[in-house]
This record gives sequence, C-alpha cells and structure tokens, in this order.
Amino acid sequence: MLVFIIRRLMQSAVVLFAMSLLVFVGVYAIGNPVDILINPNADQQDIERAIRGLGLDKPLWEQYLVFLRQAALGDLGKSFAFNVPALQLILERMPATLELATAAMLIAVVVGLPLGLWAGLKPDSFAGKSIMAGSILGFSLPTFWVGLMLIMVFSVYLGWLPSNGRGPTTDLFGVPVSFLSWDGIRHLVMPATNLALFNLALVIRLTRAGTREALLQDYVKFARAKGLSDARVIGVHVLKNISIPIVTVTGLQFGTLIAFAIVTETIFAWPGMGKLIIDSINVLDRPVIVAYLLIIVTLFIVINLVVDVLYSVLDPRVRLGDTKA
Amino acid sequence: MNLPGDAPTNGAETTALPVSAPHAGVALGAPEETPFRRIAGDFAASKLALFGLALFALIVLCALFAPLISPQNPYDLAQLDVLDSRLEPGSRSGDGKLVFWLGTDDQGRDMLSAIFYGLRISIGVGVTATLCALAIGTTLGLAAAFFGGRTDSLIMRVADIQLSFPAILIALILLAVLGQGVDKIVVALVAVQWAYYARTVRGSALVERSKEYMEAARCLALPASRIVFRHLLPNCLPPLIVVATVQVAAAIALEATLSFLGLGLPITEPSLGLLIANGFTYMLSGKYWISFFPGVALLATIVSINLVGDQLRDVLNPRLQR
Amino acid sequence: MSEPAEVAPSSAPTAPVSEPPAAATTGEPTLKVAGLRTHFFTRQGVVKAVDGVSFEVPPGKILGLVGESGSGKTMTGFSIIGLVDPPGRIVAGEIRLNGRDLRALAPAEWQRLRGDRIAMIFQDPMMTLNPVLRIDTQMIEAVRAHAAVSVEAARSRAREALVRVGIPSPDERLRAYPHQFSGGMRQRVAIAIALINKPDLLIADEPTTALDVTIQGQILAEVQKLCRESGTALIWITHDLAVIAGLADEVCVMYAGKIVERGSVNQVLDAPLHPYTRGLLDSVPSRNRPGAPLRQIPGMTPSLLALPEGCAFRERCARATETCLSEPPLYSLGDRQVRCFHPIHAEDEAAVE
Repeated sequence: MLVFIIRRLMQSAVVLFAMSLLVFVGVYAIGNPVDILINPNADQQDIERAIRGLGLDKPLWEQYLVFLRQAALGDLGKSFAFNVPALQLILERMPATLELATAAMLIAVVVGLPLGLWAGLKPDSFAGKSIMAGSILGFSLPTFWVGLMLIMVFSVYLGWLPSNGRGPTTDLFGVPVSFLSWDGIRHLVMPATNLALFNLALVIRLTRAGTREALLQDYVKFARAKGLSDARVIGVHVLKNISIPIVTVTGLQFGTLIAFAIVTETIFAWPGMGKLIIDSINVLDRPVIVAYLLIIVTLFIVINLVVDVLYSVLDPRVRLGDTKA
Repeated sequence: MNLPGDAPTNGAETTALPVSAPHAGVALGAPEETPFRRIAGDFAASKLALFGLALFALIVLCALFAPLISPQNPYDLAQLDVLDSRLEPGSRSGDGKLVFWLGTDDQGRDMLSAIFYGLRISIGVGVTATLCALAIGTTLGLAAAFFGGRTDSLIMRVADIQLSFPAILIALILLAVLGQGVDKIVVALVAVQWAYYARTVRGSALVERSKEYMEAARCLALPASRIVFRHLLPNCLPPLIVVATVQVAAAIALEATLSFLGLGLPITEPSLGLLIANGFTYMLSGKYWISFFPGVALLATIVSINLVGDQLRDVLNPRLQR
Repeated sequence: MSEPAEVAPSSAPTAPVSEPPAAATTGEPTLKVAGLRTHFFTRQGVVKAVDGVSFEVPPGKILGLVGESGSGKTMTGFSIIGLVDPPGRIVAGEIRLNGRDLRALAPAEWQRLRGDRIAMIFQDPMMTLNPVLRIDTQMIEAVRAHAAVSVEAARSRAREALVRVGIPSPDERLRAYPHQFSGGMRQRVAIAIALINKPDLLIADEPTTALDVTIQGQILAEVQKLCRESGTALIWITHDLAVIAGLADEVCVMYAGKIVERGSVNQVLDAPLHPYTRGLLDSVPSRNRPGAPLRQIPGMTPSLLALPEGCAFRERCARATETCLSEPPLYSLGDRQVRCFHPIHAEDEAAVE
C-alpha cells in the first residue's frame, strides 16, 4: 500500500514536471516572452530593465531553472491588470470555485444515485425509460446554453433567483463560504445545478449500468434465498458493490467540474478562478494565465492521487490483498 | 404397470427401427444475413435512434445547402440593414421584402440564415476535427499495438495523461498559446480527441492480434502495412465507429463552448456558439430569440448525434451479441 | 442420540398460526412436489423448463436430481424456493412443504420462509458471497431476518455455525472477507449460512462442481452429516453421477424438463431402466474397459424451443420406434418410475452384454 502511494507520487511528480515544461515552452519559447511577461504598455527603458530583471537575456535552459525556482518559492509573476502576485489572485478566488464545484458534485450524486438505481431496478418502466432519455439530454445539452435558459426562466420570467454573483460570505474554518445564508443559497442554486447537469447524467448512467449488472449476480440470488427483504438486498448488497466505482468516477470528475466551472462562472458572473482566467485571457494578462494553468494541473494530480488511494481503501479486495486462507 | 391417470399405452410394439439422429441442435437460424443487414436491423429496433438519424440527416442537409435555402446571406454586409436589428420573430424587414421567421440579431442579420450558416461551420469544424483525430489516433493506436514494447508504453502513457485532463482545459491551454483561428480550433479539437481513438484501437487490435487469422496472414509473409490495414483494421472498426459518432457531438459542443467564451472562431465566421454569445446580453431585456434559436439548433444537432451513437453502442457491443 | 427433527423455533416472531406441525410427528414428507410446470415466456416462444415434475423428499433424506444443463434441474430448485424471475413463472403443479401449500403464499410469507424453512446454496461460492461485505455481516443478517435477536446473539450463532461446518478459528474468520478464503472454505461458509436457521429443506445446486475433487469429498461428507443430524431434507442437484452414488438415497433423472427415471439410488445406478440413464452411466470414463473407445450418447440435447415430437430423447435413442412419436407417460415398475415405452429390462441387459 505504501509502495503504491510512493510510486504514484513519483509518477505525479513526473507529470507535474512535464506540464511545467509544456507551459514554459508554450509561454517562453513559442510566444514572445517579452509581450507575455512584461506589461506592453511600459516604456522602452522599463522594458529593458524588466528583461534583465526577468533574466530573459539568458539562455533558455537557464530561464527554465529560474522559472522552476521561482515557482517553487511561490512566485509566479505579477498580474498586469491587478498588479498583485498572480498566485495570490488565484488563491483568493479558489474558495468560490471549490464551493461551486462541491455543491455541483453533491447535487449530481444525491439526485443521480437514486434515479439511476430506479432506472436500473425497473428498466422497462415508463419512469426508467424517461430517466434514461433525460440522461441523454443531460450530457448533450451544452452547459452554457442551459445556463442561459435557466437565467431566462428563473431570473427574467419568474424572477425567483438572482441571475449573477455570489451571496454574502461567512468564514468557515478560515475559508469564506456562502452557503450558510439563505441569500447565499439563492445565488448558489442555479450555477451549481447548471454545473451539475453533465455529471448528473453520468452518475445516473453509471448507477443504472452497475445496478443492472449487480442484479444478475449470484450474491443477489443468495441474499434473496436467505429471505432478506428487498430493501436490504438493494440498499446494502447492491449499493455497496456499485458505490465503489461510482465514488471513484465521481471523484475523478471533480477535476472536470473545476474546469467546467469556467463556463458557469462566466455566465453567472460567479467570482471564482474560472471567471478570472477568461477575463485574463481577454485582456491578455498572461502571468495569471500561466499561474492558473500550473495550479490547475497540480490540483488535478492531487485529485487523481487521492481518488486512487480512496479506491484501494474502499475495495476490500484491493485493500487486504488476495491472501488465501 | 400404469399409474392411474396416465395416458393409456399404445399396445402393440413393432420392431425397433434404426433411427438416424438428425442434428437435434438449436433450430433458431434465420436466413443468411450479412453483418451490415443485421446491424441495420438491430439499429432500427429503436425508434428513438431512427428519429435521431432522421433529424441529423435533416440538419446536415440544411447545413450543406445553406446558401440555397437561406433567405439572406448573413455575411454579406451589403444585405444587412441595421434598422432591422433586434426584431422579433415573424417581423418583416424595413423594405418589406423579407420575413424574419426567427427574428434578427443586433446587426440586423436574419436569425434563420445565420443559423443555417452557423450550422455549416459548427458541423464542418466538428466533423473535420473528428476525422483528423480519427486518422491520427487510429494510426498511433495501431502502431502501439503492432510494435508493442516501448512504442506502446510511450504512446499509451501520453494518451493516459492527456485523458486524465478535461478537454476544455487542454483546448484552453492550446488556444491561449496558439491564438485564434479556424485552423487553431481544429488543432485544439484534434489534440483533445486523438487519445480516445488511440486507446480504443489499441484495445481492439491487441485482442485481434492474437486471433488465428492474424497468424495466418503473418505466415503468408504479407507486408506489415497490408496486414494492418486490410486485415486488422476492419475488425477493429465497430468500437471506433461508436467513439467517433459520440465524439463528433462532443467536438461540436466543445467548439460552441469555446466560441461562446470568446476563444473560438473569429467573428468573421460565426459558429452557433458565437451567435449564442452575441445574444447573451440581450436575454436579460427579454430579446430571447437571439440566443434561444441558435441554442435549439445546436441542441438538436448534438442530441440527434448522441441518440444515434447510443444505439450504435448497444448494437455494436460484442458482449451483447447472442 | 440427537433428535432427528426439530420443532420450528418459538422465537420466530412471524410464525403464522396455521403452520402445520413438523413432519416427524405426522409422517408426512418434508417436501412434496406434484405436476410442477415452470414455463418461460420469451419472444422466441414458450420454453417449458420444468414440464410436469413430481417427487417427494422425506425428512432427513437426500434426493439427487441428475441431468445435463438445460434439463430443468436448476429451475426445479428455483421453483421450489420461489426465485423464478420473469419471464418465467410457475404455471401449474403443487409444492407442499410439511403439508403447507407454497404456491398459495404471498410474497411477504415467501420471504419469511426463505432462509428459514427452505435454504439454497449455489455453484460458485466466490460469487455467492458478497465480496464487499464481511462474513459476519452476511451471516448475522441471515439470522436477524427471521428472528428478533440481538447482534451479539446472532454473532454467537454464526460462530457456532462455522464450527459445525468445520472451519477453524471462527472468530477471525467472521471478521474476514470472502476473497480471503479458499474455494472449499467459502462453500462451507455458504453451507453454514444456509443451515444457520435449521431449515426443513436444503436445496444444493451443484455446490461442488467448481471445487477440487478432494475438497468435493469433504464437502459431501459434511453436508451428509449435517443433514442427518438435524433431519433436514436435502435435494442435491448435479450432473455428476459419481457424486450421487455416494450421497443420495433416491435419484430423479431429468431430461428436457421432465423426469425420465426415478428410484432408489442403488436401483437406478445398478439397473437403469431409461436408455438415457443407461447412456449417462456408460459415458462415465471410469466405467469403460481400458482400451475400448469411450461411449457417448449420440446427438445433442435438444433446444427447449424446438423439442422433437413425442419422446424428447427419441432422436438420440437406439431403442426408439414409431411408438415413441407420442409422448410416453411415467410408468411405475414396483417402487420405481420410468418415462419410456421401451425401458431396459434385466433380460435386455444380459443380451447386450
């Protein structure tokens, strides 16, 4: 188990290096680093001073090492638009995005699991078929369009929910969250639902497939032969078996949620990392772009690692190995 | 001898005739059918999938014949009259010659025409990207399966790493570095997709490689390229077809999302995503049609492709074959 | 000397008032099946998986149900325990457990019966036990589904059950997961679970087919002992005649959904009446003379969707005549039964040899 973790950590380090190289090459070698890292509005003298300051007159490999060292120290450049360190800017916005992504994931699982279970238990019923048809819609509908429609219906026509922004925040363990107030929830509902749709469809389909497969297994027959109630057979025997792959897939999808939050945050003007990156791309605030890419890649690697470990913890066959008695 | 209630015996016994045993096997055979007919038959079993296919065919026709069926060429600035802008669906143009069935946008463009042209671009980009990714991914996947060893490890590792990142992120990175333009979008879409094909083909190829017809081909000392393309590839096609179908829809959706975010195609070639983006600001003042109708068109395209892809997946799945 | 039969546990909170007394006191067979028909209504047609099956099993006795795959033996077992799923259903016949009509039961009553009065074990113990639940969980739930006892009481019963099937260090085993056991151990656990509530009837569906031959012998002996001790009637479903020889008291041979021969194990195996039974016995390799070609029954089992007219075995039988174009009824020859117009008599045997 420990060997497994260490091996994965090493793999992750390799991937991180590869990504940093990719970003570095993209920014420094392909693009014009002067334009990218130095404010193009500065005058010639400042530019030259900045060039020397940033070491852009040195050979490429040396620049990469400098880049790495700066990154390790937490210095990923300064934002042009806000004139604060890019890393700080991103970290300030992260809680909002994480809150959105977590809410979306909860919605996807809490709603999707029962629906998928139903569709798996009664696949030929009207409800079962409707749920499956609905799931096709769920991952076909482009997120941004659904967001627009939600705003149109719930904000413009019905006037029930606010169309943009985040509610008032309170600090929870030092992290600002907005779901603790009613107004905060009102602001959170639409964007979280919008973001959740794709994953909801995924969870429904996975649960349905898993349930259908599980019901054919001998252990279900044996459980029924023991005289267990249907509720127990499904709620304990089937659920425990299908929950393992679902938990792992959902965990992996968390990273995707954070990425897709870019779209949702843009539509609903949610002040998270995603909106920041789009705004930055539009004003060519490249240090922020670089910082964002690196942070996201790191986040992904961490998520993948956690999910892998979680899987081996949850499945007793993996956790305890195949020790024959 | 008899139990009460049993049928009476036949009585007289004749000499035992030698009975040749006709083949008493399973008699479920239908007249000989080619794989294609069987697949088509299975596919047609789902009305929903047929509907999807019909819808998609209709959409493609609209896209192909856009210049012929559009009331107006939305890119020809000479035809646009800004006084016609933001008109409701069903209104007439200022000079009374055109009816704007789906309304106009902020530049006076007829939405219906804009949608037809937009479909052209969206589908065109999606299909082109998918075909390129299919070609590249398949080649790499076949190479990995055929040559094995280090080639295999390298290609698959790269594919795995890429697949663990969401498409939108990869596209974002590439576009941030490369800039805007049709060709750059296609590159981004190809970069996002190739790994699916490579993985799928490699999986099938590995299974097929150990089958006997491959050994036979090798014994005949056929050149590698011939073995791969004439013998191996056709048998790997079914899962590829399924993946490609679904990926066309995904590519179209991704391009629309990127265009919506302003990172995609330039304004001179508006795809559906850009049309929707343009209409975003007008939604809050009730002028829904500028975003709504292009959205519906996009939706119809994606849903119809997904319906077809779903049924294809069930039909072509070897594990569900009897 | 232990009591041959046990009264239904009085702690069961849901024992219906009308339940008849245990078999030992009335002399009734534990299980009586008469004219059982279980049909599957598929798109390709009606599959008569079980087509008119009748037998009885007295308390503490062992019935062997023999046949190839597709003969309907497994479906018979499922029908008795009420686990036939759509598109199949029991369309006719009687199933009586200690005199009680099972077909008249409501689903809730079936649930109370399963695991308590009737138990079943299956072929592959790896898939029978839920791989992600601990052994004690799976055993305790079997107890608590039928009796209102505490978790600790259920756990000690589970422990006893493991000891009874001969599993060492039961406390450790209870906390383990199925994949940590060997195949033979798993099957013992399954047997322990099946017998934990001391059922009147145990149905065993090929439980040793997936195990090593040496383990097979152990399991067989174990089951035989347990059933004799507790007076549980046992139906052992198998395709392997060798297993039946050492285990069963009575044998029913099934073919294409019907019983083709029935009798005591010695009678059927030493002097089979039905040509199919004869064929089965002949094809056992150990019964062959060394050097002589192995004997087979020609042809294949017919698909249940395309049964030949008349006797289902007709097209593979060397003794078939025109008479066999009509369906043979089940004849009685003393205390044996055979479904054949031309059963093999002792004189025929002598002539053939």
